[in-house]
Amino acid sequence: MTDIAVTDDVRPNETVGLEKRRAWVSVVLHVLLIGASILMLYPLLWMLSASFRPEEEIFSATSLIPSSVSLDAYPRGWFGLRVDFGTFFWNSFVISILSVIGNVLACSLAAFAFARLKFWGRNFWFAIMLGTLMLPYHVTLIPQYVLFLNLGWVGTMLPLVVPKFLAADAFFIFLMVQFFRGIPRELDEAAMMDGCSAWRIYWRIMLPLSLPVLATAAIFTFIWTWDDFFGPLIYLTDMRTYTVQLGLRSFVDSTGLSDWSGLFAMSMLSLVPVFFFFLFFQRLLIEGIATTGIKR
Amino acid sequence: MTTIASPASPYMPTRGRFARALSRNGAGYMFLLPWFIGFFGLTAGPALVSLYLSFTNFDLLTAPRWIGAANYVRIATADPRFVASIQVTFFYVLFSVPLKLAFALLVAMALNRGMKGLPWYRAIFYLPSLLGTSVAIAVLWRQLFAGNGLVNSFLANFGIEGPSWISNPDYSLYTLVVLSVWQFGSPMIIFLAGLRQIPQDMYEAASLDGASKWRQFWKITLPLLTPVVFFNAVVQTIEAFKAFTPAFIISGGTGGPINSTLFYTLYLYQEAFGFFRMGYASALAWILLVIVALFTAFSFLTARYWVHYDD
Repeated sequence: MTDIAVTDDVRPNETVGLEKRRAWVSVVLHVLLIGASILMLYPLLWMLSASFRPEEEIFSATSLIPSSVSLDAYPRGWFGLRVDFGTFFWNSFVISILSVIGNVLACSLAAFAFARLKFWGRNFWFAIMLGTLMLPYHVTLIPQYVLFLNLGWVGTMLPLVVPKFLAADAFFIFLMVQFFRGIPRELDEAAMMDGCSAWRIYWRIMLPLSLPVLATAAIFTFIWTWDDFFGPLIYLTDMRTYTVQLGLRSFVDSTGLSDWSGLFAMSMLSLVPVFFFFLFFQRLLIEGIATTGIKR
Repeated sequence: MTTIASPASPYMPTRGRFARALSRNGAGYMFLLPWFIGFFGLTAGPALVSLYLSFTNFDLLTAPRWIGAANYVRIATADPRFVASIQVTFFYVLFSVPLKLAFALLVAMALNRGMKGLPWYRAIFYLPSLLGTSVAIAVLWRQLFAGNGLVNSFLANFGIEGPSWISNPDYSLYTLVVLSVWQFGSPMIIFLAGLRQIPQDMYEAASLDGASKWRQFWKITLPLLTPVVFFNAVVQTIEAFKAFTPAFIISGGTGGPINSTLFYTLYLYQEAFGFFRMGYASALAWILLVIVALFTAFSFLTARYWVHYDD
């Protein structure tokens, strides 16, 4: 598709020269790109290998191959705090899964209304919804904290999960509206003629046809919730309720950075779920970014 | 139930005036109900409350006390840490965003030649961006740029003795800029999608006219890509203003050494949840909102002079 078109007035020997030059450019580019790839991945691979290597090597070795491989750092890191990482992983997992359910449900409901239903003030509310995308969350942070404090929710996962069921992440509404608008209207008009309620159109027609966008929203919600540090930092006070990210931070503080390999071992484990989505749903992630400009 | 719906009331049979209004609008508002609760209860309401709080003294324990514009006056005239955080944040935005976008564009153009292995390269370059803001990556960065970390071990091979990047106020912020540039993956993917939209025959016509690759870049690629550049620049700048986790982990929550990594959001966090000066922190939050809004407005106003829309 990007081959340079050979037009009639280019003589054969010039074409050969051109081909040769293109081949060279391509080789040089591959060398540069492979070099850049290694540079990009080196820190990550190095961290992986550091989690297997003896502590004293961490601050001297630059190579990726440890002199001896040991798995000790994993159990040592896992049980390195007074609450083990199993609890942190479970907490992170529960919060992330509930967030996914909440976000997909609440955002798709709102998106269906904006994309398909006629009601008074629709364009006004849609503009307001887009406006909230621009709002830095710091502006609502403190009153929200006071609210959750008065509800007795601080110290539980509720402040992290409940907003997702209220479609607080307006970006995903926007994402879904864009997708819903692309679904042929004839489908729901036909269903409407048959006396289908709005609810049934949403549940039976729109959602099943929107699996790609729902999956994209679900995966990004999971990854962002999993990686979130600020929310848990503010709302989770008891170590037994900590997420993995907070657990890592406590690990940094409590060991005074004396157990790097244990820290790296837990850091690697904390990346595993994200890496899983990267491996198996890369297409959805990349298409999601390319078509809608997701920020990360 | 099976009355054929008139166009005005698509989903319910019509009856009285109220019922008609309800049937016309009810479904929409029912579907929007969760969002409405969230919008009023978690966004609009709290935003107004924080505007009010920014004019008060509030420590969470006693009721807010109205002090007029005193918070803003103090921020503007007598708060060296505010000045430091603004300097750090603007420096970070001005360095990391252009560098990140330049890398993203450069790599996207290299990949856009329809070469073999594109999915592999794209995946590898995207991975850091996806792992992005997790604590694990910040922890890794803290080791990489420590005095005896990987970067200095590497430099030692060439006989160079590197400084302790993280704990030296002259360099600590640069390590965060490098971290941000390392994550150029998602703007790169957006650039790639943009480059695909540029019709190939424009380049063919230009090269038949003898335009060099360099000229083609400035006269075809860049102008046609300006909407994407604009989008990426706005999104990445807003994200950079809001950066928090790496500075928090690398400095142990202090913003040090000597405030050199005191991101604005980190300062706000310290005021709110370290010292419980909730009124003061609310004022800081509103200033952040104004900065982001001014920047966005400025971008959109200048966009008509440099962003090329072909419709």
